[in-house]
Amino acid sequence: MIGLVHYLVVSALLFGLGVLGVLLQRNLLVTYMSLELMLNAANLALVAFSRFNRGLDGQVMVFFVITVAAAEVAVGLALIVALFRRKQTVGVDDLTDMKL
Amino acid sequence: MSQTFPWFILFLPLGAAVLITLFTHERRELSARLSIAAVVVSFWLSVLLFTDPRAADPGLTLSVNWLNVGGLSVDFGLLLDRLSLLMLLVVTAVAGAIHIYSYEYMRSDRSFSAYFAALSFFTFAMLGVVLSDNFLQMFMFWELVGVSSYLLIGFWHDRPAAADAGKKAFLTNRVGDAGFLAGIILLWAMLGSVNFDFLAQKLAEDPRRLGAFSTVAGLLIFCGAMAKSAQVPLHVWLPDAMEGPTPVSALIHAATMVAAGVFMLCRVFFLFGATPQWPAGLTWLDGISALEVIAWIGGITALMAAVIAIQQNDIKRILAYSTLSQLGYMVMAVGLGGRTSAMYHLTTHAFFKSLLFLGAGAVIYRLHHEQDIWRMGALRHKMPLTFGTFLLATLALCGVPPLSGYFSKDALLGRAYEQNVPLFLLGLFTAALTTFYMFRLIFVAFLGRPRSPHIEEVREVPGVMVLPMLFLAVPAALLGFWAVNHYLAEQFSSIPPEPVPPWYEQVFAPFQHLPLVAFLGLGAIACGFFAAWGIYGKASKDPLPEKLGGLARAMRNRFYFDELYARIIAVTQELLADFADWFDRWILAGVGVRGAHGTTEFFARLLRLVQTGNLRTYAILFGAGVVILLYALLTR
Amino acid sequence: MAARRAPPANCPAAQSLNLELMQEFLFYFFAILTLVFGLLVVASPSRRNPAASVFFLVLTLVCLAGLFVLLHAFFLAAVQIIVYAGAVMVLFLFVIMFLNVQQESHRPRTGTRMALSVLIAGAIVALLSRALGAASASPAFPQPAVEGGTGPLGTVLFTEYVLPFEVISVLILVAIIGVVCLGKKELK
Repeated sequence: MIGLVHYLVVSALLFGLGVLGVLLQRNLLVTYMSLELMLNAANLALVAFSRFNRGLDGQVMVFFVITVAAAEVAVGLALIVALFRRKQTVGVDDLTDMKL
Repeated sequence: MSQTFPWFILFLPLGAAVLITLFTHERRELSARLSIAAVVVSFWLSVLLFTDPRAADPGLTLSVNWLNVGGLSVDFGLLLDRLSLLMLLVVTAVAGAIHIYSYEYMRSDRSFSAYFAALSFFTFAMLGVVLSDNFLQMFMFWELVGVSSYLLIGFWHDRPAAADAGKKAFLTNRVGDAGFLAGIILLWAMLGSVNFDFLAQKLAEDPRRLGAFSTVAGLLIFCGAMAKSAQVPLHVWLPDAMEGPTPVSALIHAATMVAAGVFMLCRVFFLFGATPQWPAGLTWLDGISALEVIAWIGGITALMAAVIAIQQNDIKRILAYSTLSQLGYMVMAVGLGGRTSAMYHLTTHAFFKSLLFLGAGAVIYRLHHEQDIWRMGALRHKMPLTFGTFLLATLALCGVPPLSGYFSKDALLGRAYEQNVPLFLLGLFTAALTTFYMFRLIFVAFLGRPRSPHIEEVREVPGVMVLPMLFLAVPAALLGFWAVNHYLAEQFSSIPPEPVPPWYEQVFAPFQHLPLVAFLGLGAIACGFFAAWGIYGKASKDPLPEKLGGLARAMRNRFYFDELYARIIAVTQELLADFADWFDRWILAGVGVRGAHGTTEFFARLLRLVQTGNLRTYAILFGAGVVILLYALLTR
Repeated sequence: MAARRAPPANCPAAQSLNLELMQEFLFYFFAILTLVFGLLVVASPSRRNPAASVFFLVLTLVCLAGLFVLLHAFFLAAVQIIVYAGAVMVLFLFVIMFLNVQQESHRPRTGTRMALSVLIAGAIVALLSRALGAASASPAFPQPAVEGGTGPLGTVLFTEYVLPFEVISVLILVAIIGVVCLGKKELK
């Protein structure tokens, strides 16, 4: 019988993959995708909780998360484009001047 | 009537002060009239209130809630009983007379309006002290009294001596007020309220309630009275306060403010009824009660001030030391449990002492601010009305029957005789000294021959100044027949007083009641008078310094109290300054500032290593932070 | 999506048993696929080309949509595919094409960094699982499920959550303006 914990474990694992991607990936774009993975992991947990609690609040929350994520992707990608224009790279290791 | 009058009595002088300060400052006449009118109306309302039988018995409290802070709830309340009604009458009567007197005395002054604003403000503050129904409110007005006193002592602030005297008075009062405030806080902490009625009730229910703090609380509260009523060792400010205008000295430093200490002790007398309960190690303190300390301080002040007064040459300083001495009497009476006699003497003293000051003021006014009695002389013929009232007040002060002072001083000495014979003898000796120095003043300043060429031009002062003096002379002479002690005894004593005898019997009542005290009192007066006559009757200069030598010098220098304090303060200040310097240099600047700065910089340099500027490093650190947070949150 | 169509059967018990088995199978199917595709996003076989990662991310999102359906969140499943897998991913692809990034720098991965990353990700998963482990058995979902169709979700969204909904629209507007500003050539 599939229960709540099953979904949550999937969610946790997916989140872990996302973290791994963020930490490991050298391409800024892929790092960004890993972030999307983490968001989706959270979404999955939210929907599972919503189902468990017999309510729609969690799903509404997910709806908002998707909306915000869309906006965030748009802005983030625009930032990456702007960055690329200046440095001609999207490599994370090339971003070494983020200090005072 | 009794519901609204107290508010008017209290706030009319304040209104006058505010109006003058804000609007009529430029118009001298109007300002003065406003101020005088406010006080006179207050006086009239006080008289009406006093004669209203419902006001005094059983007393009345009007209050509005003022502030609630934590556990402290304070009302702004007016407490009316026989004590405050009597005091109201005294304050407004004397204040009224002096307001009118000042109208002439201060006429030529530049800051005429400001003077009247300050005087009215003082009256307001003093009435506030009298009417307060709780400690906090009283303390507030107590401080306002202090402030207005400071303003008025230093009224001629372009004179360094006056400015210094104002500062001295203010600072000396701070010392006492610190004790007063500590006492109030102690009482509030122990009993949970600052309301007089409430506290009295609590202590009546259980006199041991204050435990070991009973004596301490009493003495702390007394600290306030000690500064305001200028008792040893905080007496040093009062003689210097004579730098203020003479009407101010008459009002504040003779009749009202300095009496506030005595009044306050009477008001909170219930405190001294508490039984101290010392912890095991301190039982040897059992014999010492706050009242005994108070009585002895009063007695010592009375004697010491009288001794100093003998060798003063400034007419106002003589009167100032006389005031000190009489205040010592009153404090002594409170200490001996005689609230009635203390308040009796306070009342009579307020009238005859302010009369003395007004007389001195008249002399000073005509002599162009000459205050040395050895440059006066033969003023009797030049200023007959002034001399008459001055003599009357002197006789009252000495306690010559049937003037008011005779009754109050006899009541006071009688109390001492019954309670504490050493203090009684001390008081008796002081009475003799009082007569001696007062008649020294009379002989030198008013009789004899002119000692200065200006005397020839002296005329009687104008009617505006004579009138208040005549007005004050009436109670100074006749107050004794009105039996203030009977009036007050209704409140203070549990035994119903005997009915007031007719006036002609009253004169002899002391001789029937305690004949020894009355005869000794008259004897002391006689001794003092004849000694003064013998020494100063014909003297052209003071013969005492040659006879007494060093003692006279010590008297003239006020027993070197000021020098002693100056030395002590200088040494302490130097020590404190050295310590503060050391503390600042090594603790604050060294450990505090440099330490904090060094530590911050050390960690900053350390953390700087972490800041590589590499995005991935940040991500890893961030992830590590998340792990730590999750660990803290999830594994509890 | 298949789960919605229950196979017709006569016996109700057998029918529900079948349904349960079906759901269990579909859960494991989608869950494993999600995780596999997720892993491929992170560790794409063709390391040089981020477009491959986008492709796997789309697949991950689609599988997630499948899980949403199993949880009766039909509307969200649709949104997930249309908005996420559709629009957002197109945006990613567009940027990749636009920037024409092919060459990644050839710096070698340092071992410590890799070990640290794995350690941190592992620790997060371990901590989360540990918290889940507190519930010994997986609590079953209550029946019947609340259907997360367009109608019910819309009702909630436009009644109870109308204010956040409107605020979100403002947020999107702000994002649009921000992107336009950022995208200008003469950005300094």
